[in-house]
Amino acid sequence: MRTLERHRRLQDIWASERGWKGWTSSVNHTDLGRMFLVTSFFFFAVGGVLAMLIRAQLATPHSAFAGPELYSQFFTMHGTIMMFLFAIPTFEGLAIYLLPKLLGTRDLAYPRLTAYGYWCYAFGGTMLLVSMVLGIAPNGGWFMYPPLTGPIHSPGINTDFWLIGITFVEISAMAAAVEITVSVLRYRAPGMSLDKMPIFAWYALVTAIMILLGFPPLILGSVLLELERAFGLPFFQVELGGDSLLWQHLFWLFGHPEVYIIFLPAAGVISTVLPVMCRTTLLGYGWIVAAAVALAFLSFGLWVHHMFTTGIPHMGLAFFSAASTLVAVPTGVQVFAWIGTMWKGRPDLRLPMLHILGFFATFVMGGLTGVMVAVVPFDWQAHDTAFITAHLHYVLFGGFVFPILAGVYYWLPHFTGRQRFFRLGEVAFVLIFLGFHGTFLAMHWVGLLGQRRRIWTYETSDGWTAINLVSSVGGFIMAFGLAIVLIEVVLCFFVGRRMPRNAWGAGTLEWAMPTPPPNYNFASVPHIRDRDPLYANPGLPVQIARGDGYLGTPRHDWRETLTVEAARGTPDYIVVYPANTRLPIVMSAVTGLFFLSLLIKVYWFTPVALAGVAVLALRWVWVLGQRQDRGPLDAGLGVSLPHAAEVDRAPGWWGSLFLLVADAVLFGSLIFGYAFLFTVAPGWPPPAWFEFSLLELGGGVAGALAAAAGMRLAIRANRRGGSAWTGLAIAGAGALVVLLSLAALLVRTPPPSGHAYNATLFVLGGYGVLHTLIPLLMLGFLAARVSRGFVSAARRAELPIAGLWVDYMAVVAILVLAVAHLPGVAP
Amino acid sequence: MLAGAGAILALVLGLIALAFTRTGPGTERVWIAGMGLAFPLTVLAALLAYGLFVGERLLPRQGADVVSVQAEGRQWAWSFAYDDAPGVVTEDVLHIPAGRPVDVAITTVDVIHSFWVPRLAGKLDAIPGHVNVLRIEADQPGRYRGASAEFSGEGYADHEFEVIAHDAAGWDQFLRGGTR
Ligand code: HEM
Ligand SMILES: [Cu+2]
Repeated sequence: MRTLERHRRLQDIWASERGWKGWTSSVNHTDLGRMFLVTSFFFFAVGGVLAMLIRAQLATPHSAFAGPELYSQFFTMHGTIMMFLFAIPTFEGLAIYLLPKLLGTRDLAYPRLTAYGYWCYAFGGTMLLVSMVLGIAPNGGWFMYPPLTGPIHSPGINTDFWLIGITFVEISAMAAAVEITVSVLRYRAPGMSLDKMPIFAWYALVTAIMILLGFPPLILGSVLLELERAFGLPFFQVELGGDSLLWQHLFWLFGHPEVYIIFLPAAGVISTVLPVMCRTTLLGYGWIVAAAVALAFLSFGLWVHHMFTTGIPHMGLAFFSAASTLVAVPTGVQVFAWIGTMWKGRPDLRLPMLHILGFFATFVMGGLTGVMVAVVPFDWQAHDTAFITAHLHYVLFGGFVFPILAGVYYWLPHFTGRQRFFRLGEVAFVLIFLGFHGTFLAMHWVGLLGQRRRIWTYETSDGWTAINLVSSVGGFIMAFGLAIVLIEVVLCFFVGRRMPRNAWGAGTLEWAMPTPPPNYNFASVPHIRDRDPLYANPGLPVQIARGDGYLGTPRHDWRETLTVEAARGTPDYIVVYPANTRLPIVMSAVTGLFFLSLLIKVYWFTPVALAGVAVLALRWVWVLGQRQDRGPLDAGLGVSLPHAAEVDRAPGWWGSLFLLVADAVLFGSLIFGYAFLFTVAPGWPPPAWFEFSLLELGGGVAGALAAAAGMRLAIRANRRGGSAWTGLAIAGAGALVVLLSLAALLVRTPPPSGHAYNATLFVLGGYGVLHTLIPLLMLGFLAARVSRGFVSAARRAELPIAGLWVDYMAVVAILVLAVAHLPGVAP
Repeated sequence: MLAGAGAILALVLGLIALAFTRTGPGTERVWIAGMGLAFPLTVLAALLAYGLFVGERLLPRQGADVVSVQAEGRQWAWSFAYDDAPGVVTEDVLHIPAGRPVDVAITTVDVIHSFWVPRLAGKLDAIPGHVNVLRIEADQPGRYRGASAEFSGEGYADHEFEVIAHDAAGWDQFLRGGTR
């Protein structure tokens, strides 16, 4: 097959629909990565406008511009938008766009999930925008402390927009995290072992795993607070056995790792771009990977440093203070590895490099003030002043926005296929840099003079007027610079010289394709032998286009790629992706209706929407079926591989595994909450413990064990060519018994609005029921699959997936029943 | 602390600037083991020791002449009560004796607030259902501004109070019902 013909054939198979309609049905990572990035920069602009409103208000004392009510919406929405609708989605978009290209494959693991995540983000973000336009936006500050945000002190709908809208948006973060984890581990070019992975992929992997572990506590906290607001379940009300400190723990269990979730991808951009700007390779690759992993680990032990002023016991303070300063070590390793890279090479002052220098100056200062506030006595003074606001912007803007701007300019030719024409970027950089430091140096200062954060106005007699004015002027200069960047980027899509391939002279695979990239990325999948494949083999792009790699011959109309074994990168099996579909957008719209019904309190509709989601999900998995055994397929280069339906660990199994990891963290946070209230909350013990029942406990445990055993039986029998029916029937019966004993828990729990203990039991029971219904649905699905001939001894992939969920159900059911029943037997 | 931070910043930026003028040793041993690991560890150890030492001094300790008062926050005012003058409650003004350690027992009746008198001590939160004790001490008689330092809704900006530190005679007079 000739190169051009191959290109045409692949183009036909992989093309999205034309025009705007294509946006709603595309499942291609290049399209969706672009959509993510455009949307997230739109939200950056909205957050920026809010920042300008804040600075306008604070520019002068006694400003009549906005009152306290409006001002609290400004800063709450500014912080919320920047953290949840700009920073995280920008990472997602960049990773979605880049990862398959860096890893040498044709798409991410779950293309429809990418699209579903995007639409959840877009719809959830819209919900928050609507609240702002209507003037009923959240107003409790971006960390939403109850009781201020509880039903008594914030009866309005404002807080509900935050809790429900952000949870909706977080679906996209969870989806992207699962997808990125599986993609980095399994979807790479053959030969790319872990130590040959591009450094950005390492950072993306660490970040994604952090999202899996870090976001569930926030999601749980939001659910609990919304339950308190909507139905009076008093998790955070001290009079009824709750404790507002529980929210702070759950929030910062998420909130501190969040800072690193934002920083690490940016560090990944720097580690990718900086060596190219210095015409060399990265110094200390292994050390940098180790530092990123260490940072991730440490960051989960630090949340308490946001609560130094809440009266944490003294030993706790010392421990968390020490641990907090310790993060400076892995950060230092990375910074000095970058500086060493610069020494090793010959740095060139091209535009991405300017932004990297901006990053260095700003981030190091932010890190130093960060070490200062980690010292407890200092934090007692600086906490909740403008000093903290200034510090966090040095870290977030320095550690995220500058690197991302470097990345934008670095990959702009890749996105657009064109080179910049007007050279506005250099001017913009100077404005942004000077404006930024003007704004936030001044805020450090005024914070030390005692200006608290989040005050809507101050007195002339406070003596802060001049400094605030300087800060506001700086803010507007910075905004001007950012606007120029925006203009330049937009222009670049329309005017500019065509980009020669690999104009920066980089070594990574994303430059081994034409730009703008074709939907299929690689005409054939290369075999990788080096960490910088293009340095080792400059002829690689031509070989790829000629079809000299794997899967160089299009087969049927399949969108094909292959997976590898995680560590060594040996080829594993062939994946056929689903093509364009509107299922994701429809499903996220129905998901949106579910959240909307909660928001506007039309509760009769909630189960309807939920059922709709379930039906769509069933359809989602149903269409992947295979009705005939295919046996090994030719993958090119003399390798034959099985089809993904004919393996034990299909993509769906890996996805379920990581989703369940996140789910387990959520469950663990719930158990943590239970233990926290049990030991710390003033209103305990509750008036009465749940009454022990040997029948319910024993029955539930037996059912759980039977279900897990039944699935094992089904999997083994099917693989031996026998019938899976007996095993499936046992599993189903076991799950039903579990369901009954959990339902009994829900029925016998005393009124959940009476005490936080009752409320906790109720939520535990509800969680258990949900995680019994899901495997039951899957078992029904499997039964239909088996009877329709979709399952054979070879086509066995779907059974172990349900097996995972049944096992999870069993563990959850046993734990829930134990923590509910056992306190009642103790004397 | 500021000087140290400035020195580190200058060092890092200097190293970056030098990278443009020369190609030097690009080895992992120098940059990672030396600069990346050893250097921050040393600085941090020193800083931490300092922090714990100072923090230790700020802790409330038992003593004979400690004065106990209670601060109760609400949206948007503070009420103060005194162990030495039962029944006395002052609004938005806290009276203390100068030159003696004072333990403030802080709590709230509604949302979270934070008790902060910048010139006397760091801040400590008022959390529903919990009582946190903060040790403050004014060396000189006089008036000190205090503020709540945790966002608490619309009236937050004006959620301020005042601490009046009396000399011995003034404090006696206050306890006997003089100045209110
Ligand atoms: C575009 C330039 C920016 C300016 C001029 C700016 C300005 C401000 C100001 C003045 C405040 C303080 C509000 C107050 O305490 O009364 C603030 C708060 C905040 N900003 Fe920014 N900001 C900018 C960019 C960002 C970015 C890029 C992020 C995050 C990625 C961010 C995250 C936050 C957060 C989390 C808060 C705290 C909100 C709260 O107190 O609830 N900002 N910003
Ligand atoms: Cu933190």
